[in-house]
Amino acid sequence: MNDVLLTIILIVIKLGLVLGTVLSLAAYMVLAERKVLARMQMRHGPNRVGPFGLLQPLADLIKLLCKEDLIPERADRWVFMLAPAISVGTALLAFAVIPFGAPLQIFGRTIELVICDLNIGLLYLFALSSLAVYGVALGGWASQSKFALLGGLRAMAQMISYELALGLAIVPVVMASKSFSLTAIVASQQSLPNALRHPLAFLIFVIAIMAESKRTPFDMPEAENELVAGYHTEYSGMRFGMFFVGEYVNLIVLGSMLTVLFLGGWHGPFLPSVGWFLIKILAVAFFFIWVRGTVPRLRYDQLMAFGWKILVPLGLLNILVTAVWLLWRG
Amino acid sequence: MSFYRYLAEGLFFGFIVCIFAGAFISLRARQLMNSVLGLAISLLGVAGLFYHLGSPFLALMELLINIGVVCVVIAFGIMVGPKPDQAAEKRPPPKRNRMLAAGACLAASALLLWTVLNTPWNPAIARIGDFTIRHLGESLLHQFCLPFELISILLLVAIIGALIIARIGRYGARE
Repeated sequence: MNDVLLTIILIVIKLGLVLGTVLSLAAYMVLAERKVLARMQMRHGPNRVGPFGLLQPLADLIKLLCKEDLIPERADRWVFMLAPAISVGTALLAFAVIPFGAPLQIFGRTIELVICDLNIGLLYLFALSSLAVYGVALGGWASQSKFALLGGLRAMAQMISYELALGLAIVPVVMASKSFSLTAIVASQQSLPNALRHPLAFLIFVIAIMAESKRTPFDMPEAENELVAGYHTEYSGMRFGMFFVGEYVNLIVLGSMLTVLFLGGWHGPFLPSVGWFLIKILAVAFFFIWVRGTVPRLRYDQLMAFGWKILVPLGLLNILVTAVWLLWRG
Repeated sequence: MSFYRYLAEGLFFGFIVCIFAGAFISLRARQLMNSVLGLAISLLGVAGLFYHLGSPFLALMELLINIGVVCVVIAFGIMVGPKPDQAAEKRPPPKRNRMLAAGACLAASALLLWTVLNTPWNPAIARIGDFTIRHLGESLLHQFCLPFELISILLLVAIIGALIIARIGRYGARE
């Protein structure tokens, strides 16, 4: 019984640490995005709340919590209320399988720095990302608004299409490391990160996660100039806030996926492993913000054609080449 | 280790409740989208059962394929399609449809019941109990190779069929 209790306490501590870090990181990601974008557009960005505007996320949270929670009259109430929760929930659940550091030795016990080392962790991540479509689609459908419906439809089509390219990009990594477990994939990159071993897969993966996160240049689902705000047009208060948090948590999840699968996970010299992991995630996030500040939005047909006619065939070809290479090497 | 056993039993009944709740929502829903949601909830319970039976791989595949793709595509179809008049949906379905639906349900239940009653159920110890990816892969590509390939052909035919229907839909109106 003692052992059971200890295991449960350990899991609770890990959960608390990961949830706390991820949620505060997501809040400050919003601030970082506003600051960096502002600098790129020769502005200052938020700098009034606290020193350097550092308390801005807190102010935003209080504002969102105090706002009236509106539900459109003809909306499907239950589905309308459920959608933001699905959006945040699936994003947060993904962290269960992501290894964020090298195993620790405390009091003679080895503590793995991952909440649950699932041997098919990669499939788990995929299953969750396919469930994340529901949050967006249901939010758009239940609002009973043309803008929201169109945004939801676009998001759905885009996420389904690019999930395929995402999956195809990962197959070479799985073939080379011979495992679906994220811990094993990280371990296989001790000498050389996968980004250098599978450069094409890395490229496809980066483009696909950008489309998955529905950010510029792939932000058709929430294109402001035509759809107001897309699938979350009708949401207000904290429900809107939940979509927002979900989006940024998702950004961190995708950054972690990229780090774990292609950038060598927590491996790195000098610094502690958790530090390296955080640095890599933040670098990926900065790259995303940079792209948002630089690249214009694609047209919808360009987006679909690019996904289906270029990324998917390239991904298939890449798998074939990797298979031949693995066979030849023996 | 009784704690884990209680936990497992609790989860098992949770999944059962999930399956029935999903089915109930699906049946009682006035709007098609809610029926699809019910189906998704029900399938979530089925995925949980697979997990409970010791195959997380099958559970995740259920999530990935049935909930993450099949239900999403149905939902997409509903969102694209014309919106039925809400008043019309509240009308009871015609008598013939009811009879047909009841007949289909009865036939399916009878078939399932017949299978359940005629299957020799071995206790857990007597089964192989190996549902790992390796075992699944070997049985799919050795023992059950033919059905596996037939399913692929079925999917291919379905895709080609969908493409043909889509083309007729696009160009047919002009003729």
